[in-house]
Amino acid sequence: MEQLYQQVILDHSKARSGEGELDSPHGASFQVNPTCGDECTVQVSLEGQRLAQLAWSGKGCSISQASLSLMYEMVDGEPLEQAEQLGETFRELIHNRGHELTPEKMELLEDLSAFTGVGRYSARVKCALLGWMALREALAQARHHTGASGQPPQTQA
Amino acid sequence: MTDLLDLAGDFPLLSRTVREGKPLVYLDTGATSQKPGQVLDAERAFNERHNAAVHRGAHQIAEEATEAFESARSAVAAFVGADFGEIVWTKNATEALNLVSHGFLNASLGRGGADAARFKLAPGDEIVVTELEHHANLVPWQELAAKTGAKLRWIPVTPEGRLDLEQLSVITDRTRVVAFTHASNVTGAVTEVAPVVERAKSVGAYTVLDACQSAAHMPVDLHDLGVDFAAFSGHKMLGPTGVGALYGREELLQALPPFLTGGSMVEVVTMEETTFMPPPQRFEAGTQMVAQTVGMHAAVDYLSAVGMERLAAHEDHMGQLLLEGLAEVPGVRLLGPTSSAQRLAVIAFDVPGVHPHDVGQVLDDQGIAVRVGHHCAQPVHRRFGVHASTRASAGVYTTTADVEAFVKGLHQVVKFFA
Ligand SMILES: Cc1ncc(COP(=O)(O)O)c(C=O)c1O
Repeated sequence: MEQLYQQVILDHSKARSGEGELDSPHGASFQVNPTCGDECTVQVSLEGQRLAQLAWSGKGCSISQASLSLMYEMVDGEPLEQAEQLGETFRELIHNRGHELTPEKMELLEDLSAFTGVGRYSARVKCALLGWMALREALAQARHHTGASGQPPQTQA
Repeated sequence: MTDLLDLAGDFPLLSRTVREGKPLVYLDTGATSQKPGQVLDAERAFNERHNAAVHRGAHQIAEEATEAFESARSAVAAFVGADFGEIVWTKNATEALNLVSHGFLNASLGRGGADAARFKLAPGDEIVVTELEHHANLVPWQELAAKTGAKLRWIPVTPEGRLDLEQLSVITDRTRVVAFTHASNVTGAVTEVAPVVERAKSVGAYTVLDACQSAAHMPVDLHDLGVDFAAFSGHKMLGPTGVGALYGREELLQALPPFLTGGSMVEVVTMEETTFMPPPQRFEAGTQMVAQTVGMHAAVDYLSAVGMERLAAHEDHMGQLLLEGLAEVPGVRLLGPTSSAQRLAVIAFDVPGVHPHDVGQVLDDQGIAVRVGHHCAQPVHRRFGVHASTRASAGVYTTTADVEAFVKGLHQVVKFFA
């Protein structure tokens, strides 16, 4: 159990960062997990090629809430490309059945590496990725909206 | 003192381990039951000796298969207090409920001729459901209302999680259909059917009973209950997946237009039009799930041999133990009646501050299988002000040791997330 519920996850699920709403976001996405009805909304606004602001709201289990909270801490204010790259690497980790990725990638993930164990539980994969799916969609919308150039990196389901 | 049953040994799956060697504690029977060896053997024997398409072909095994298929119908009919011709095979309760709602829809579109006019719905008519329903007995009626212009209304739920029988005035002269559950898959509450049927009859509305949970866990006599239609699933009552049944009063099935159309349900087909067979074949389009009906036959034989009264007493005892155990865990909130009277051993609860997914995960780590989420009944969760819950549900094979493991596990959950 402790392998799945790392202290970082438990902490972030209780003291969450980035919850709120933006006044006029460039992109927003609402996602639900149909198996349990959990939901989240992620809003973003851009400044050039930078993810200037992110806010999220939602309800869900500790895994989904901690994932959203850490996502906020790691991508808010960062260059778009970096945020999207992080999302792709995180997706790769969660789909890796509980195994770590290369040391370089694990380093890139920082605290998100605490989610490695989630990949062993197929029923929890969606929980970990719900917020990131919302982020991906919100960013695509915002790029479209603001005409920010550049392509999001190749995505996997 | 309840005469406790000791049947777990009949259920091969229950002897397996999970999560690195932990004995399985299966408390998710409300979602689907495990199957005794007798059911598995019956399906296998059918496939090894008698497999053929039914009601077609003149060869010997086709005859044997047809006999097995129809004798299963007869056994299931007797089990729920119905006549042979009143049971239609479906793939599950969901399909059975859709069969009825689409029969009404097709009648509303003018299909089925003068006989079916009694099922017509139009703007000004009302359909009554309840806040307690599984989505399977709610969404089809929402759809029917949207397509016919009828208005959907509902009977509310009491704070205890029962149908509020004080509010039956929702059923009025405008009501054409009353669809309600016999037993909730969330609160476990068993509905007192008589007052609902009486009220519906007094205004000339048809009644549709969701007997999915009840048929599996208590004696059910559909003729005694006096409902017009009822639905249940094989997989919840020790039978296979892929088979369920619709009950309809004979006179009504005679008049109801078909839902699924195609092979096996027709008399004369020309390029222009088709005449349909009488029920139950009219509602059994396409190649049927014969082996599964044979498995369901074995399941109702098994249940009858145990005796539904004894089964209910055993599960009632398990339900009581679960309720007592739950009451000892600090902070846990029960969603449903606190006493085991007029309720099934289906126990949904909320652990404040801990999401059901997390509750289920910690229990799973100890080999305990429960259901987490909204259990396909979002409105009743909303009624309780929660999004989702954890549910433990017992079956004929549940033991006191299972309940003890669960209660211990739940204390563990509270400690882990404290
Ligand atoms: C009360 C109730 N109604 C209907 C259903 C639907 O049954 P099925 O999924 O077998 O069609 C269920 C089971 O999930 C149930 O518990």
